[in-house]
Amino acid sequence: MIDQLSWKVGGQQGEGIDSTGEIFAMALNRLGYYLYSYRHFSSRIKGGHTNNKIRVSTSETRSISDDLDILIAFDQETIDVNVHELRDGGVVIGDSKFNPTVPEDLNVRLYAVPFTEIASELGTSLMKNMVAIGATSAVLGLPVESYLEVVEEIFSRKGAKVVEKNMEAIQKGADHFNELSGGQIDGFQLNKADGKKRMFMIGNDAIALGFVAGGVRFMAAYPITPASEIMEYLIKKLPEFGGTVIQTEDEIAACTMAIGANYAGVRTITSSAGPGLSLMMEALGLSGMTEVPLVVVDTQRGGPSTGLPTKQEQSDLMAMIYGTHGEIPKVVMAPSTVEEAFYDAVEALNIAEEYQCPVILLTDLQLSLGKQSVEPLDFSRVEIRRGKLDPNQVLPETDDKDGYFKRYEVTEDGISPRVIPGMKNGIHHVTGVEHDETGKPSEVAANRQKQMDKRLRKLQNLKFNVPVVKQAPHNEADILLVGFNSTRGVIEEAIPRLEAEGLKVNHAHIRLIHPFPSDEIRPLIESAKNVIVVENNATGQLASILKMNVGQHEKIKNLLKYDGNPFLPSEVVMKCKELV
Amino acid sequence: MATFKDFRNSIKPNWCPGCGDFSVQAAIQRAAANVGLEPDDLAVVSGIGCSGRISGYIKSYGFHGIHGRSLPIAQGVKMANRDLTVIASGGDGDGFAIGMGHTVHAIRRNIDITYIVMDNQIYGLTKGQTSPRSDVGFKTKSTPEGSVESAIGIMELALTAGATFVAQSFSTDLKELTSIIEAGINHKGFSLINVFSPCVTYNKVNTYDWFKEHLISLSTIENYDSSNRMMAMQTLMENKGLVKGIIYQDKVKPSYQDLAHGYSKEALAKVDMNISEEKFNQLMAEFM
Repeated sequence: MIDQLSWKVGGQQGEGIDSTGEIFAMALNRLGYYLYSYRHFSSRIKGGHTNNKIRVSTSETRSISDDLDILIAFDQETIDVNVHELRDGGVVIGDSKFNPTVPEDLNVRLYAVPFTEIASELGTSLMKNMVAIGATSAVLGLPVESYLEVVEEIFSRKGAKVVEKNMEAIQKGADHFNELSGGQIDGFQLNKADGKKRMFMIGNDAIALGFVAGGVRFMAAYPITPASEIMEYLIKKLPEFGGTVIQTEDEIAACTMAIGANYAGVRTITSSAGPGLSLMMEALGLSGMTEVPLVVVDTQRGGPSTGLPTKQEQSDLMAMIYGTHGEIPKVVMAPSTVEEAFYDAVEALNIAEEYQCPVILLTDLQLSLGKQSVEPLDFSRVEIRRGKLDPNQVLPETDDKDGYFKRYEVTEDGISPRVIPGMKNGIHHVTGVEHDETGKPSEVAANRQKQMDKRLRKLQNLKFNVPVVKQAPHNEADILLVGFNSTRGVIEEAIPRLEAEGLKVNHAHIRLIHPFPSDEIRPLIESAKNVIVVENNATGQLASILKMNVGQHEKIKNLLKYDGNPFLPSEVVMKCKELV
Repeated sequence: MATFKDFRNSIKPNWCPGCGDFSVQAAIQRAAANVGLEPDDLAVVSGIGCSGRISGYIKSYGFHGIHGRSLPIAQGVKMANRDLTVIASGGDGDGFAIGMGHTVHAIRRNIDITYIVMDNQIYGLTKGQTSPRSDVGFKTKSTPEGSVESAIGIMELALTAGATFVAQSFSTDLKELTSIIEAGINHKGFSLINVFSPCVTYNKVNTYDWFKEHLISLSTIENYDSSNRMMAMQTLMENKGLVKGIIYQDKVKPSYQDLAHGYSKEALAKVDMNISEEKFNQLMAEFM
């Protein structure tokens, strides 16, 4: 019996590869296994190789595995591209339709099952996915009934007959495999899972759920990979709360519309990826200058330009910290797990309103789209804090000669009282031009300095929950591994392997990218012999930020990957050993 | 009840003496009072350029945004609080060059705001370059040999984009301009009001006198029917767009807010932001 295995299904895009993986994963998630799935896909609707790699485990996992136990192939290309990932003795199940072959020098077991033929006999070749799932169950030794609940949910609206046919397809797939293999094959049976109920969701789902719970009632956005799921979820859910989503003409409109709505008092967000964020840069400056709260999600993908739209990368870091001309207060937060993505989405809204500035919620494609088992979220941790805004407040008349409210009053903490349009005695002016305390344009040097200082002072006392996730058991470490966003899973998996080789390894995962939590991380850097920064980009952006803020240049080393694919645990282990 | 004086503040506009924008400002203030608004019911959102400064010259909630983006900001304000009257404003460069994408989409989206463009057919604040409204042959700093690009027929374009309220006016006709702005505010949907507002400093062709000579009032056209889109288009094309009055109005089509599925009848800014634990658990269960 084993505690984890990896399964991959591949074929041409548009062939139902996603739904095959989805049904398999959902059924196992319900049994209480921890799932982690990562899709390899291209920027096209039909055609082109696609695959979905799913890790099944009896304990929590947040990373794709080094190798593969079972490969389901709907075409020969899937075998050619992925067969070398299979472990010794791994299983390939291919549709007999294409006469699957495997390289002779590999020790893998090939079974040709007539996926399409069985499905066609049952009425439609579309059900070939189900046949494949059935064959998989036979390898794992899972009863076919495990899928019934999920199949019913998906197909019941098409009628009982369709449910029955799909279940039959699964059964026939299992039967056919058992016939070929002559019974159970060893080494693929998972230990029983704990049976607990968990969600099966992507990072984008968690962020969108966080926004709904955190009081977002309007969104303006433009579709883009890998951010669109956030928009799609809110399109479905916001009307239940009186809210709505506008799909704008471009990301400039999305960001400025969100600014307009936030100014008018509704928590409004936008989400995009690198190209969209590039278009929003001027608007981010407007939010900073006018002190209108704004939360923007940047789901990083391969850049530059259109880059690798469907691939993993973490190369927007510097652009998010420094992007927009001039100098503004801005917060950049980077959740490292799906759970954190939920809580951080809520917190980003609070921080934006409390500090009246733009907040970038940074993720990466692997975190945004990697689908995984997630423990139920804690509703008691959801709170709405609006800082110095009370929309129900009765304002006194002001002493300004025009009756204008001091929306940009210079205060000790730099944060001014905030009012929203419609409030009596709250009239003020808002402008991206430098302005005085009531918002009227002003080029007076002394005023300029006061207002700049006021704005930039706001984040000096930023309260942020766990800016750095530290797993640091060693007082003096051989290696401090540093990362942000989705690399947390792969680093956590690499550490025990490095420790097994006698290395003392600490881990710091940065959750607050800007303002940089230097004091939090400095002691860990100082007490480590080597600092290795693991990041999916080509220039070592996080490493540069560490050097800039903490120094210790000689210790800080880059561990980079920028081929579009997430790190594997073995790559981190191997390169760490090379570097020390 | 507020009078137009309540929409005034003490700021002296930085427009040149004789600029058409002064009258537009006055017309907005009068129209706001005439339709019964209080200053805190009104949000004026403006773009960048000479005319973009207008949000600071009217006593109301004012938002002076970035170049070309007054419309998305204004639409955001209205979506957040449908109880507010929202006026977007700016120049022809702001709305029909850098902001043209937003203009077309705001027209077809039909959110209930009023967009007033101060059209002087030139870039004034940057000291005299061609605008998308400049005529062919128009000589400016950026077109020393005369513009070779066609001027945008913005009224015609608005009609084809699905506009529900299209009007044009002239800044010296304060009374007519005021009544058109009132009609725009009262219109349930997006209203586009293009106002010829001469630049006395940089545009020596399209002057006050030039407009007096060339503009035709729709009130002088017999049996003109502003609910007839074909007639509107034909009249515009026959007169090279140089007409004034309410060119077209569709009083039937509902606004975006009335069509948006599930969108709150109560101003969103006033809706409770919290969700119940029961609802939250239900949302979580959908992922299980």
